[in-house]
Amino acid sequence: MLDYRLDEETEALRTTVREFAREVVAPQIGEFYERDEFPTAIVRQMGELGLFGLPFPEEYGGGGGTYFDLCVALEELGRVDSSVAITLEAGVSLGAMPIFRFGSEEQKQRWLPRLCSGQALAAFGLTEAGGGSDAGATRTTARLDGGEWVLNGSKSFITNSGTDLTELVTVTAVTGTRADGSKEISAIAVPSGTPGFVVGKRYSKVGWNASDTRELSFTDVHVPAENLVGERGRGYAQFLSILDEGRIAISALSVGLAQGCVDESVRYAGEREAFGRPIGANQAIQFMIADMEVRASTARLAYYRAAERMLRGEPFKREASIAKLYSSEVAMDNARAATQVHGGYGFMNEYPVGRFYRDAKILEIGEGTSEVQRMLIARDLGVG
Amino acid sequence: MNIVVLVKQVPDSGTQRSLDPSDNTVARAGADNVVNEIDEYAIEEALTVKEAQGGEVTVLTVGPASATDAIRKALSMGADKAVHVVDDAIHGSCAIQTSAILAAALQQMEYDLVLTGATSTDGQVAVMPALLAERLGIPQVSGAQKLTVEGSTVKVNRQTDGGYWALEAPLPAIVSTWDTINEPRYPSFKGIMAAKKKPVETKSLADLGIDPSTVGLASATSSVLDFAGRPPKGEGVKVNDEGDGAQKFVEYLASQKIV
Ligand SMILES: Cc1cc2nc3c(=O)[nH]c(=O)nc-3n(C[C@H](O)[C@H](O)[C@H](O)COP(=O)(O)OP(=O)(O)OC[C@H]3O[C@@H](n4cnc5c(N)ncnc54)[C@H](O)[C@@H]3O)c2cc1C
Repeated sequence: MLDYRLDEETEALRTTVREFAREVVAPQIGEFYERDEFPTAIVRQMGELGLFGLPFPEEYGGGGGTYFDLCVALEELGRVDSSVAITLEAGVSLGAMPIFRFGSEEQKQRWLPRLCSGQALAAFGLTEAGGGSDAGATRTTARLDGGEWVLNGSKSFITNSGTDLTELVTVTAVTGTRADGSKEISAIAVPSGTPGFVVGKRYSKVGWNASDTRELSFTDVHVPAENLVGERGRGYAQFLSILDEGRIAISALSVGLAQGCVDESVRYAGEREAFGRPIGANQAIQFMIADMEVRASTARLAYYRAAERMLRGEPFKREASIAKLYSSEVAMDNARAATQVHGGYGFMNEYPVGRFYRDAKILEIGEGTSEVQRMLIARDLGVG
Repeated sequence: MNIVVLVKQVPDSGTQRSLDPSDNTVARAGADNVVNEIDEYAIEEALTVKEAQGGEVTVLTVGPASATDAIRKALSMGADKAVHVVDDAIHGSCAIQTSAILAAALQQMEYDLVLTGATSTDGQVAVMPALLAERLGIPQVSGAQKLTVEGSTVKVNRQTDGGYWALEAPLPAIVSTWDTINEPRYPSFKGIMAAKKKPVETKSLADLGIDPSTVGLASATSSVLDFAGRPPKGEGVKVNDEGDGAQKFVEYLASQKIV
C-alpha cells in the first residue's frame, strides 16, 4: 500500500525540531554565520533533544528511532539553517555511523554513548587534496608497528573535525597492497589530541559558515592497533556503503533548504510592496513561488521513497542517488528563485535567503557530486 | 509529592483564530491546535519540582478527543501520566462549568500541588485557578514567577507590575504560573518515545458523577452572543518630510498621548 503519513512519534519529533529551529536557531544563527563561528551551545542543545542519537539503539545511548527520523529532523533544521543541519548529518552519518556499523563491541561501548548524547562529535576523513570523487586515490598511509598504527598524510575538507566537542576522527588510509597490486584501504579511529595529529585552521568558505570544516595532517601519529574500524582492507568499501544512506540524509537537508526558500518567499511576497501593492499580487512572483513549492514537495517524495526502501531492507542505492541528485539541484534552484523574490534584500546576509543561496551550492558537491550521482544511476541501469 | 498540572489545548495563538459561526464557540476543527502556551510553563515547573523533590506529575485535561495531542506533548516533556476528561456534553461549557468538571476530576486524584497556566490564550478568562481553589477549599496563589516547595509549604513570588510579592501557602494548594517563571524544555526524542507508553486514563462525565445537563453550551452561565473580526488596521498618518519631519512626528506622538 501507499502511505506517506508519518508515525505519531516522527510527527512529534518534526514538530519539536521545527519549534527548536524557529525559536532557538533562527534568531541567533546569522551572527554565528557572519563570524564564521561554530555554535557550540546550539549543538549541545541539539544533543539534549536527542538528535545525535536518533537512529541508534538505546543500549548505546541512542534514541531507538530510525534513520528516517534523522532525515525528518534534518529537513526541519535545514528549513532554517544548513550549518547546524550538516553538523548533525555529519556527526551522525559520517561520525557515529561507521563506528556503529563496523566498529567492535568495545569501540561501540566506548564511543557511541558520548556521540549519541551529543556531548562529543566525531568526524570522518576520506577526502584528500588529491581526490574526493576518486576516494580510492587515498595517499594517507597507516602501517602496523608493534601494537600500533602509525599514520602519515593529510585530509581535506573534514566536517566537525575541529570543534570544541570533537573527540574522534575516523580516517581512511592505505594499509598495504593487495595481491592484484591495488591499494588496501582501511579505516582507523584517531582520537583528537593524539600527538602528531594536527587540526588545521577553519577554511574560509562560501557557505555553511557556522559549520566546522578543516584540513587535517598526520605526522607519525600512533594509535593502538584496536583502533582499526571494521575489517582491514575494507575501509573504503565500508565507507561507500555508509555514503548510500548518507545521501538520503543530504537529500532531506536539501529539501529543508528548498522548503525554507518557500517559507521565506511566501512571507516576503505578502509583506513587500512595489507599485502600491504587495509583490505577491504579481503573477510572476506567484508562479515562481508555486514552482518552488512543486520542486520542494517532489524532492521530499524522492527522499521518502529512498528511506522507505532502506527501512524495509530493500536495495536503495539508486533511489538514494536519485533523491540526493534531485533535491540538491532543487535546493539550488529554489535558493536562486527565493533570492530573486527578495530583490536586493536577498543579496544581504541579514535575510535567511542570502544564507540559503550561499549554502545551496555545496549540496550538489558534498557526499558525491551530481556527476557522481548520475554515474551511479546510469551504472545501476546497466549503462556504460 | 503528587503534582497535577492542568493542561488545555487551544488554537495556536500565533495563527489566524476564529469562532465557529454555528454556535459561537472556539473553532477547533481546522485550527492548528497546541498546548496553551502558558501551560507549558506550568508543566516545566511541575517537572522542576519533581526533579528536586521526587514525586509524580499527572496531567489533567478537559477537552475533545483530539486533545490527546496536548496530553502527549506534556507526557513527552516528562510528565508521568494523564487523566483526560472527554464527553460530548462538555462542548461549549463556560468557565464555571469547566471548573466543576476539573474539581470533580481532582477529587478523584491525589494531589499536593496543582499547577496551571495563569490564563489560556483562547478564552482568556483567567479565573480557573480561583474557581478551583474555591471548589476544593484549598489556597490559591496566582501569577507565580518563582516557586519552591519546602516541606508542606509552597513559597511563591507572585508577579506584580512593579515587582513581586513573596507569598506562601500550606499544601495542598493551587498555583498559577506566568511565562517569566522558567524556560520550558523541548521534548527530547527519548521523551517522545517514552510518552506513548505512559498511561492516559479517560473519564466521562458519568465517571465523575456529573449530570450532563449541568454542563455544556445550553446551560452555560455565559456564552458568546455575537462576534466580529478585528477591524483592519487604519491607513495610518503619512508625514512628508519637508525639513520639519521630526517636528511633525513628535507632534503626532504628543497628539496620541504617546509622549
Ligand atoms: C564544506 C565541505 C565539507 C566536506 N566534508 C567532508 C567530510 O566530512 N569528509 C570527507 O571525507 N569529505 C568532505 N568533503 C569533501 C567532499 O566530499 C568532496 O569535495 C567531494 O566529494 C568532491 O571531491 P573533490 O572536491 O575532490 O572534487 P573532484 O573529485 O576533483 O571533482 C571535480 C569535478 O569533477 C567531476 N568529476 C570527477 N570525477 C568525475 C568522473 N569520473 N566523471 C565525471 N565527472 C567527474 C566532479 O563531479 C566535479 O564536478 C567536504 C567538502 C566540503 C566543501
